[in-house]
Amino acid sequence: MYPSRFRYEAPRSLDEAIGMLHNGGDYAKVLAGGQSLVPLMKLRFASPELVVDINNVPGLDYHRADPDGTLHVGALCRHVDLEHSELLKTYQPTMAAAAPLIADPIVRNRGTLVGSLCHADPQGDWASVVMALGGSIVAQGPGGRRAIPIAGFVTGPFQNVLEPDEIAVEAVIPAAKGMRAGGYLKLERRVGDFATVGVAVAVETAGESVTRAGIALTGVGGSTIDASAAADALVGRPLTAESIGRAADLAAEAARPRTDHRGSAEYKRHMVRTFVTRILGRIEPAQERAA
Amino acid sequence: MTVVYEDLGDEAGEAVPIRRIRFSINGKKMVAEVEPRLLLSHLIRRGLGLTGTHMGCDTTNCGACTVQVDGRPVKSCTMLAVQVDGREITTVEGLATASELHPLQEGFKEEHGLQCGFCTPGMMMAAKALLDENPDPTEEDVRWALSGNLCRCTGYQNIVKSVLWAAAKLRSESAG
Repeated sequence: MYPSRFRYEAPRSLDEAIGMLHNGGDYAKVLAGGQSLVPLMKLRFASPELVVDINNVPGLDYHRADPDGTLHVGALCRHVDLEHSELLKTYQPTMAAAAPLIADPIVRNRGTLVGSLCHADPQGDWASVVMALGGSIVAQGPGGRRAIPIAGFVTGPFQNVLEPDEIAVEAVIPAAKGMRAGGYLKLERRVGDFATVGVAVAVETAGESVTRAGIALTGVGGSTIDASAAADALVGRPLTAESIGRAADLAAEAARPRTDHRGSAEYKRHMVRTFVTRILGRIEPAQERAA
Repeated sequence: MTVVYEDLGDEAGEAVPIRRIRFSINGKKMVAEVEPRLLLSHLIRRGLGLTGTHMGCDTTNCGACTVQVDGRPVKSCTMLAVQVDGREITTVEGLATASELHPLQEGFKEEHGLQCGFCTPGMMMAAKALLDENPDPTEEDVRWALSGNLCRCTGYQNIVKSVLWAAAKLRSESAG
């Protein structure tokens, strides 16, 4: 399968790339890892007139933390870099849990977190992880940079709020105020399949008490679901069997699954409840983690 | 190398954006003129005549088309040929020398790691990347590294054994 014909540019700087998008006509696409865009182009679901390949733009393959703990993930940071990241293993348990579950190992060598967020597939794993962590996308255009919270970034399946001449240059995960814990669990029929159900949980604790919580769901609705009521039920109290059970029930209520070849709606809803319980149940009390 | 493209009359120069790229494949330096929409897998198979790289699903699932670009395995059906400008490609043809099989190829022979053989080149290229990084993998490591490559014949058992065989052979070679 071939994509339809397009013009191809491989700029060497962000300014050059943005200029190309600005002057690029009606339909231009940015190519980073290409693990979603190239298949879509081959299937002719996407037929851009111009492809701006940013792989030769230096300095975008980073992921790093500010002194306060704010995490920045550049547009060319591949899934595999995150999978092997000591930084994530130490400070970002939800992201560290998700990275090895993205697609398959060969796709992870090319695909990027930022590209995955821009692609805005309702089945995408990173979107719920970044949503649970309260992250945002930084877009750069001719007029400068702006930060867009992930909840407002995606407007529908495969749609985001980027202007035609804007590039998503990085994702930002805010610093934790408390002790960070959480995880990501994904039910898939086989490696590389889309999630039947994916659940991202990110909590922060101070002493006994949960100070911040985010729960987001993959694959159980027309878009990534922010299970905020479930998360709110955790805040301001210690993690107990009762609070965990309450959050798991609320997350299952927030899910909007449909019966399909991956499973029945009831089954998927049940798995949301199970995954929330499982992730939260594994979190040890803060004192033990510190010790 | 032959480049064939649609005749669009006088507008051809404008409308068909041919780009010249330079790259190396299995250590050999090459120049190619490609349309940006040419896939890497097609450049390798049709442009370069290296048919060891197989096209299986053509949808980024099966991994039969796996090659290494700058040492990292990628699915060549999901990368544009223009993107390898300035890069190094290794295909399954780059494994053996004229007189000697690569230990991975020997391993697949010794442990019956193939039946129809369609997935084998991709399996080997993914396995080579694993062994380059981790010379002493566990069975679990091998299964993990090959989880992006599908085989419809073997049930993977002998493929995993083949890679472990090759790992042991490579270790004994480097120790000797």
